[in-house]
Amino acid sequence: MKNPLSIQQLHNDLSNKVYSCVQLVDQYLENINKHNDDLNAFLTISEDYAYAQAKRCDSIIADNPKAFSEFPLLGVVISLKDIYLTKGIRTTAASKVLENFTPQYSATVIKRLEDAGAIIIGKTNCDAWAHGGSGENSDFGPSKNPWNTKYVPGGSSSGSAVSVASNMSLVSMGTDTGGSVRLPASFCNLVGFKPTYGVVPRYGVISMASSLDSMGHFTHTVEDAERIFEVTKGSDSKDSTVVDHKNEKQDKLDSKKIKIGLPKEYFVSGLNDSVLHTIQRAVEVYKHLGVEFVEMSLPHTKYAISVYYIIQPAEVASNLARFDGVRYGAARELFGSEAKRRIMLGTYVLSAGYYDAYYLKAMKVRTKICQDFENAFEGIDAILAPVSPTPAFKLGEKTADPLKMYLTDIFTVAANLAGVPALAIPAGFGDDNLPIGFQLIGPRFSEQKLFELGKMYQSKTDWHTRQALEGKSHE
Amino acid sequence: MKSLGKKDIEHVAHLARLPLHDDEIDLYKEQLSDVLNFVNELELVDTSNVVSTSQTTGLVNVLRSDEIIAADILPVDTTISQADTIHNNLFIVPALLSKPSDS
Repeated sequence: MKNPLSIQQLHNDLSNKVYSCVQLVDQYLENINKHNDDLNAFLTISEDYAYAQAKRCDSIIADNPKAFSEFPLLGVVISLKDIYLTKGIRTTAASKVLENFTPQYSATVIKRLEDAGAIIIGKTNCDAWAHGGSGENSDFGPSKNPWNTKYVPGGSSSGSAVSVASNMSLVSMGTDTGGSVRLPASFCNLVGFKPTYGVVPRYGVISMASSLDSMGHFTHTVEDAERIFEVTKGSDSKDSTVVDHKNEKQDKLDSKKIKIGLPKEYFVSGLNDSVLHTIQRAVEVYKHLGVEFVEMSLPHTKYAISVYYIIQPAEVASNLARFDGVRYGAARELFGSEAKRRIMLGTYVLSAGYYDAYYLKAMKVRTKICQDFENAFEGIDAILAPVSPTPAFKLGEKTADPLKMYLTDIFTVAANLAGVPALAIPAGFGDDNLPIGFQLIGPRFSEQKLFELGKMYQSKTDWHTRQALEGKSHE
Repeated sequence: MKSLGKKDIEHVAHLARLPLHDDEIDLYKEQLSDVLNFVNELELVDTSNVVSTSQTTGLVNVLRSDEIIAADILPVDTTISQADTIHNNLFIVPALLSKPSDS
């Protein structure tokens, strides 16, 4: 049997009895057994749990004539970044500190996914505590890019991207604090979605930087990104930052009335040629549909990385202060070097005498970055930009120089600072068979418009249908 | 150019309750100085009369009634299940105060 590449295809197959959910789990586990030793995507495989859920799904399909409308994610085999708490399933944050930690409750998002019929196949590798752009900061070894295993898959949600790109799960939940969903999506030929801050509950997800953390996900298609979002979003009594915004279903967009901005600060020297050409080709696809493009400016973009690497470590230092090894977890000396670096940096910028110069200053420049977006969106529907200045880089290439690694996030952090949604979409390949994506960024709560724009692009292109491991056999 | 010394690093490590080895102190001295020098570019941005942003939702004072939700309460044995050292259903914590010396 062939694994489905979209939820629609899965539901067609299940209702036509092409396979059962149990057989589906067999198939994904077979792929995991075949590829996980090489790719290191999973830290924990929840085989028994997945089979129990699959049996439940099969009985729902047999008994309930409305199964697929009542359970919108019925039979969807999902992997979870190992930073989402899962009751009874080990959750490590890819850190030795939590190597033996089994949560007593599940994240709100996980409950919603399970209630919608999703099947949890396992917990995926990531940069420890979600700190990183390559996956190499995992305390359990890096994940490898399935398109070319000499290269990183991007981080921090590295294993989540790898698991979807190599058919070890149909979809995966990641987290995006500074690009950690969009970057690996772009490096692995996947759709990566970062919602508006405060639309999807953070409860039960190990906090990285609380004013930036966004609960996002990986899929092959934009349509599936939307289906997952429909399940995960919405108010939660346990996360008071969630805004219950009525995300009205968007009518079909008239492409001839759409205006998209190309921010000049994202098309600067240092942008790799293959990335530039890929973006230009994506723009042409939209232009053929009648979409209008305008050049525009987000003048404070160049300061986004500096603002991010003050605010984020400050919040990291505060959030990681709770890990004292008393009620759960190991002692603080087991933090890896990147976690220690961020705790130190964050503690420094918050310490007496430096708070105003660093933290307060960064929060003020953050206001300027937010205003850039607000001003820009007065005249346009969305922004189109590269996700990263280069395709995936080689394993080990940036590990010796933390500042160089931090600059990987240069095109992604601004959306987190402004709290706006962004959608990364596969758009082609560069040298060495490495995927390249672009991102659409919209105003707060404009998810529906981004989804419509994404579907418009995917209806005219087939990059998202290319498969990493199938590609391998043609080499 | 900002350049952190050994004392700065030791002070911050103490504030963060982070035990560091000597080689880590040397490494972070360099790396933190690099990052701080980079982020100093923010001095170039005029932020006079700019209000700081600590969150982007615009929400203020989200209130709820002060009720106990029974379903959210974990049983004691579940609550303590992840601790290494337990005594009579209590967490054993490191002593904060040292014993007065016997001498």
